[in-house]
Amino acid sequence: MTTATTPAQLPARSADTRASGRSPKVRTRPPFRLSRVIYSAIAIAVAIGWVFPVYWMINSSLLPNRTLQSFIPTFFPVNGSLNNYANTLEDGTFFSALGISLSVTLIAVFFCLLFAFLAAVAISRFRFKGRKSFVLAVLIVQMLPAEGLFIAQYKMVASVGLLNSIIGLSVIYTAAVVPFTIWMLRGFVAGIPADLEEAAMVDGLSRTQAFMRITFPLLAPGLVASGVFAFLQAWNEFTVALVLLPAEAMQTLPLWLRGFIQASATRETDWGQVMAASTLVAVPVIVFFLIVQGRMTSGLVSGAVKG
Amino acid sequence: MSSTVATAPERAAKQDRSPAPPRRRVPAPYFLLIPAVVILLIGMGYPLVWQIVTSFQEFGLKQQFGQPADFVGLANYFELATNPDMWGVVVRSLLFMVITAFLTLAIGLLLAVLMTAVGKAVRLTLQVSLLLAWAMPVVAAMTVWIWLFDRRRGVVNYLLDMIPGVDMNRFAWLENPLTFFMVASIIVIWMSVPFVAFSVYAGLTQVSDEVLEAAQLDGATPWQRLRFIIMPMIRPVIAIVLLLQLIWDLRVFTQITMLQDAGSRASEFDLLGTYIYKLGAGSQDFGMASAVSIFVLVLTVAISWYYVRSLLKEDEQS
Repeated sequence: MTTATTPAQLPARSADTRASGRSPKVRTRPPFRLSRVIYSAIAIAVAIGWVFPVYWMINSSLLPNRTLQSFIPTFFPVNGSLNNYANTLEDGTFFSALGISLSVTLIAVFFCLLFAFLAAVAISRFRFKGRKSFVLAVLIVQMLPAEGLFIAQYKMVASVGLLNSIIGLSVIYTAAVVPFTIWMLRGFVAGIPADLEEAAMVDGLSRTQAFMRITFPLLAPGLVASGVFAFLQAWNEFTVALVLLPAEAMQTLPLWLRGFIQASATRETDWGQVMAASTLVAVPVIVFFLIVQGRMTSGLVSGAVKG
Repeated sequence: MSSTVATAPERAAKQDRSPAPPRRRVPAPYFLLIPAVVILLIGMGYPLVWQIVTSFQEFGLKQQFGQPADFVGLANYFELATNPDMWGVVVRSLLFMVITAFLTLAIGLLLAVLMTAVGKAVRLTLQVSLLLAWAMPVVAAMTVWIWLFDRRRGVVNYLLDMIPGVDMNRFAWLENPLTFFMVASIIVIWMSVPFVAFSVYAGLTQVSDEVLEAAQLDGATPWQRLRFIIMPMIRPVIAIVLLLQLIWDLRVFTQITMLQDAGSRASEFDLLGTYIYKLGAGSQDFGMASAVSIFVLVLTVAISWYYVRSLLKEDEQS
């Protein structure tokens, strides 16, 4: 790796300067000759195609069932209403699922960040015996498929009486997400030169003070990025929740949404309501994600590039 | 565990005398690792060991009701190896994994390059629409796609039917394994391409302008610049995203389960994830389910082996 990149450096000289063609003499945007207009047209077409399912979900959620039953799709919600949302929320199960999802996710994110932070500091600031084994273990553990472990996790959680409990699920989520979080955070920690802290210590701060005042603030973006990643993982998780929460009354949002479709599988599917329910589950995540995504990607990349 | 901790300060001190990176003297890093290690041992380590042990046991319904599980050696594995259903599932899963992961990577790469080739406004439009797809919770995304592919009122059939000469009215995508997995693959690709595109794009933005310009002045063709400068620089990113795609696509579960909800639960519609789930949660045959799980783990490790090894080598050099 010739370009050791820190997250901080990442956006500095992005493609913006190159792509906007500020250096006309040298065409630095290789290797294609087609004009930019064609590229732009392709890009816009791809964008429309890619976003269509999301649009379709929102569009359908606003339409009355009568309209959705037609064999000719309605492409714009001209006569749209929020009735489907009202019907979905009236049920009340949504809020119980929301509460359970929030609790499980927040507990998992908190412990995940705490544990991963400590571990990331250990592996990127210290050389010690077993360091390599630990890094390797982290790498392998994050490859373990949830579907390969859920029976054992079920038996274990059941044997301590924590089926259908927020704690049982949180413990498994924390364990499942911690490896990836460590992986992401180590890139960030390694990106902050230890010299900074040492300089502060020369100036008379204690090690802890130096760390808290110098390194920790610089790490904040990394913690946010990893926290968001952990949040999304836990929030969207389906398989483990399916296994560890067998009770009807204990459902996370993904389980609730699936149950919603299944329930309507017996009669004619109420697609308007199903789409409203899907939108309710998706929109908060999408908004949250859009706000913070840039940091996530650079976090992932710096983790990957750092090796 | 406790012995490791006890000797930790001593070891750290010893390490510190070497001139290499260790700059810190005080508390041993082992203390920092304890919480992460403990939670990993509880949540993943113990279940993994249980799973391995159980895969060598007869663990069916009787054992569920308290009978001790007998060790049967490799019997579960033999039974699986001679089960044609299982081979169908394995072959399908591998095919699905390879096709989906490589298509995802190819499309993601193209889109990343496209992002560098267009103006800012267009790039933002493309990025936002990819982000929306990326941020969709899997379960929500699945409900939309199932609606899109609905036999009678799905917009996909409607649009395809409008193409002259194509008769897709009421075409049942989810009733035939081939089209079932085509739909699954399209959905998985739709969800995973954004991650690849953004990661590669982030990698591309790190390629230094000066180096590219210098190469151009030295007479390097665009192809040579791509081949010898850009590709080597973004290779680590490509390697990790491909590996992650392969692993994720091998264990795809939610998508298949929900498509099965909407279509058919017959065994020709299973991949490894759903197969294990049916063996375990459905038939309560934990011994067999564990054996398949272990098989998936071995497969995953085999797929990632090359990457892990090269990573370890780099670690030694640094």
